[in-house]
Amino acid sequence: MARNVTTGRKTINTLASWSIGLLIFFPILWTILTSFKTEAQAISDPPLFLFFDWTLENYTVVQERSNYMRFLWNSVIIAGGSTILGIIIAVPAAWSMAFVPSKRTKDILLWMLSTKMLPAVGVLYPMYLLFIKMGLLDTRIGLVIVLMLINMPIIVWMLYTYFREIPGEILEASRMDGASLRDEIIYVLTPMALPGIASTLLLNFILAWNEAFWTLNLTAVNAAPLTAFIASYSSPEGLFFAKLSAASTMAIAPILLLGWFSQKQLVRGLTFGAVK
Amino acid sequence: MGQIVLSKVQKKFGDTEVIPPLDLRIEDGEFTVFVGPSGCGKSTLLRLIAGLEDVSSGSIQIDGKEAADLPPSKRGLAMVFQSYALYPHMTVRKNIAFPLRMAKMDKAEIDKRVDGAASVLNLTDYLDRRPGQLSGGQRQRVAIGRAIVREPSAFLFDEPLSNLDAALRMGMRLEISELHKRLDTTMVYVTHDQVEAMTMADKIVVLSAGIIEQVGSPLELYHSPKNVFVAGFIGSPKMNLIGGEVAASHGAHTIGVRPEHIDVSAATDGGQDGKWTGVVGVSEHLGSDSFFHIHETGLGDMITVRAGGEVGFTRGDRINLTPRADMIHKFDEQGNRIA
Amino acid sequence: MATQHSRSAARLMLAPAVVLLLGWMLVPLTMTLYFSFKKYLPLRGDTISGGLDWVGFENYSRFIGSSAFWPSVQATLLIVGSVLVITLVLGVLLALLLDQPMWGQGIVRILVISPFFVMPTVSALVWKNMFMDPVNGILAHLWNFFGAEPVQWLSQASMESIILIVSWQWLPFATLILLTAIQSLDSEQLEASEMDGAPILKRFWFIILPHMSRAMAVVILIQTIFLLSIFAEIFVTTGGAFGTKTLTYLIFQRVLESQNIGLGSAGGVYAIILANIVAIFLMRIVGKNLDK
Ligand SMILES: Nc1ncnc2c1ncn2[C@@H]1O[C@H](COP(=O)(O)OP(=O)(O)OP(=O)(O)O)[C@@H](O)[C@H]1O
Ligand SMILES: [Mg+2]
Repeated sequence: MARNVTTGRKTINTLASWSIGLLIFFPILWTILTSFKTEAQAISDPPLFLFFDWTLENYTVVQERSNYMRFLWNSVIIAGGSTILGIIIAVPAAWSMAFVPSKRTKDILLWMLSTKMLPAVGVLYPMYLLFIKMGLLDTRIGLVIVLMLINMPIIVWMLYTYFREIPGEILEASRMDGASLRDEIIYVLTPMALPGIASTLLLNFILAWNEAFWTLNLTAVNAAPLTAFIASYSSPEGLFFAKLSAASTMAIAPILLLGWFSQKQLVRGLTFGAVK
Repeated sequence: MGQIVLSKVQKKFGDTEVIPPLDLRIEDGEFTVFVGPSGCGKSTLLRLIAGLEDVSSGSIQIDGKEAADLPPSKRGLAMVFQSYALYPHMTVRKNIAFPLRMAKMDKAEIDKRVDGAASVLNLTDYLDRRPGQLSGGQRQRVAIGRAIVREPSAFLFDEPLSNLDAALRMGMRLEISELHKRLDTTMVYVTHDQVEAMTMADKIVVLSAGIIEQVGSPLELYHSPKNVFVAGFIGSPKMNLIGGEVAASHGAHTIGVRPEHIDVSAATDGGQDGKWTGVVGVSEHLGSDSFFHIHETGLGDMITVRAGGEVGFTRGDRINLTPRADMIHKFDEQGNRIA
Repeated sequence: MATQHSRSAARLMLAPAVVLLLGWMLVPLTMTLYFSFKKYLPLRGDTISGGLDWVGFENYSRFIGSSAFWPSVQATLLIVGSVLVITLVLGVLLALLLDQPMWGQGIVRILVISPFFVMPTVSALVWKNMFMDPVNGILAHLWNFFGAEPVQWLSQASMESIILIVSWQWLPFATLILLTAIQSLDSEQLEASEMDGAPILKRFWFIILPHMSRAMAVVILIQTIFLLSIFAEIFVTTGGAFGTKTLTYLIFQRVLESQNIGLGSAGGVYAIILANIVAIFLMRIVGKNLDK
């Protein structure tokens, strides 16, 4: 709002927002700080904030104990692969729903969302059997497929809401200009919906990265991503706060950084059509 | 080439018939204008020709080839939309080049054609801008540029000027007319603007509720409207339509006189035979012309007359009206013209 | 827009997504249904190839008859409901605050959004150990500082703790969507109501809140989908003890810990029914809101 606000009011807003923001952020900040402490300092009472002997030792220990890079790489492949595959399948579907709507479009969309409500545990064992049968257990491709499927409804929904904002006349113009359906989607629709596609990509990458049911239950060693890496610290060894913090930081750092840098993109698209 | 022949073309949306079976011939090189009230199916008809909608039945032939089942891209037509429908993420150059790129033309030829179109349309300085950085008139020209580079067999325009202000509209009107003269390609143009229809068209198609009321040259429609609907629709201000005894005295159910075909004079001594009289209500002075709304004529509705700019009646003046006898249109009970 | 060409193209392009999801839904579902009528205890030597005994509805009656069943349904609904209420209320307040002019808005937004990026396993571990540990946790230090007896968070206040953790994870999501909604509110509309002399509270109630209803519907829908199936938070913290056993977790225990596939599958069918009941309610409310 283009309006003059008194400096006093702005100061109060600033103070309030920053305090709440820091309070919400505190658990993450504390984890990162603790990861640089020694185990003794980590549990000291009163807690130490900045004045302690900063050390990287925890990171070395964690790296020695578990091969971080392998987990990281698995996370990247699984989250990235499932998101990209999902988008490739969802773009045409969303195109259909947005530009050639029928009486059933709304129902199909809601049905897709309702598949997301199927409790995963309800089908855990069958999935387990199927995975064994198909040799997909503990493989990255298996997880790529499962995560693609569980995120598909969200991807379709998000893309659908973005596509609906694109005027149909522009797509019709491209058809008049001789574009085939494929050209229309690749050269006209996709570039126009790029901000929306980007935020869909980001959100689903984050969701896939953090997914902690299938990634825990369908992997053992080879395909285990960072969710499994950190789960191995839930055993009593996890009581070593500094090492737990280092492992936690390592697990969340990549996505945290990605999220921070792409925050604008993500937030702009994070409306699910809730804002017109 | 660019002959378009519609036979028994019908369009239904669900159960509502928007266009009852209709026949229409558009000859090669002709500038055809569809006019009609809002919602009468002008856009629908144009989109049927374009292939953006399917016909429910009937055939569309383009240059003698059946096209009703062809997708838009295979019909060799170009369309300019009311909203311009430019690709917002492409520069002007890319926008204009897009149809050529889709036709897999080689780079050098594309550049040549785009530059050619740009210079014709005065867009050369704007080739590297995005549509968002252009004025309405410039966007319109880009849309036209995108249509002409392909050298289509016919152009389709759907109210292309309705988003422009009056001055620009006149300029673009001339540009499109000139373009038509130069390219000599068939153009089908939808509008609800009288002036556009009268000045640009070789042939006007008057539509009402999906039915073709009359097809003819602008002057044909002006001078001999086939029925009351066309009479009332073509011409501005509207033709005065008069029923009752006056019409009966001319041997018609309804008679029509255009405002410009009524002579006016100040009433000094009441009325004479063959003349009407009335009281001036609202008057609109355009400088070159003056329009007067005349009441209390005893003819039913208010009568509009058009007089020279120098005529200066004011509200409340009583005046004499003399319709020119040879300019009176007669219609029968069904509203059809009596020859 | 709709020609025969585009309609058939549309059907073709919709097909992969629909077929995949249909398969994803039907295949495991059918298997679950099948197992739910069988006695299947792999540890006791039952194998599919060896043939499983048909037990009718025994698994169903045993699952629903177990003393853990109703508490687990209640726990599930309690968690979902509480987290929804907390994130919506705090989300609205926070969104209103963040919409005000301030210095460093971008950074505050980054701070607030951050928990959303943290994977559930990590947040559960961090909260459980570093915050809620009754001896070394920050909260214990804090309680000590004020001379109070530290709380055994995960056993004495287990439900509250889990709700706190999950709310912390989802508050950013709610806040951001609601914030976008507020920011899209036409400021002219607000100014007009100000001119009309509407006091702040009235403006909030009659203009801002209705404007956000669509966004709230979306928040409720998405969060419910995810909250119904929270798993890691419980797996890591209480392991289902102290009254925090959700339906999801109960089934997980039957299937993986007791290796009773038949019983677990029957539980899975109940969970699917529960999810569908919630879904129908939700779609009613949300579907209406989204149509606008
Ligand atoms: N996709 C559609 N589904 C159902 N009815 C439609 C559809 N498109 C158009 N119509 C109806 O068909 C009729 C003709 O519409 P059309 O757009 O062709 O009118 P128009 O003559 O172009 O009007 P305007 O001058 O306002 O642009 C209208 O009554 C309209 O409501
Ligand atoms: Mg129209």
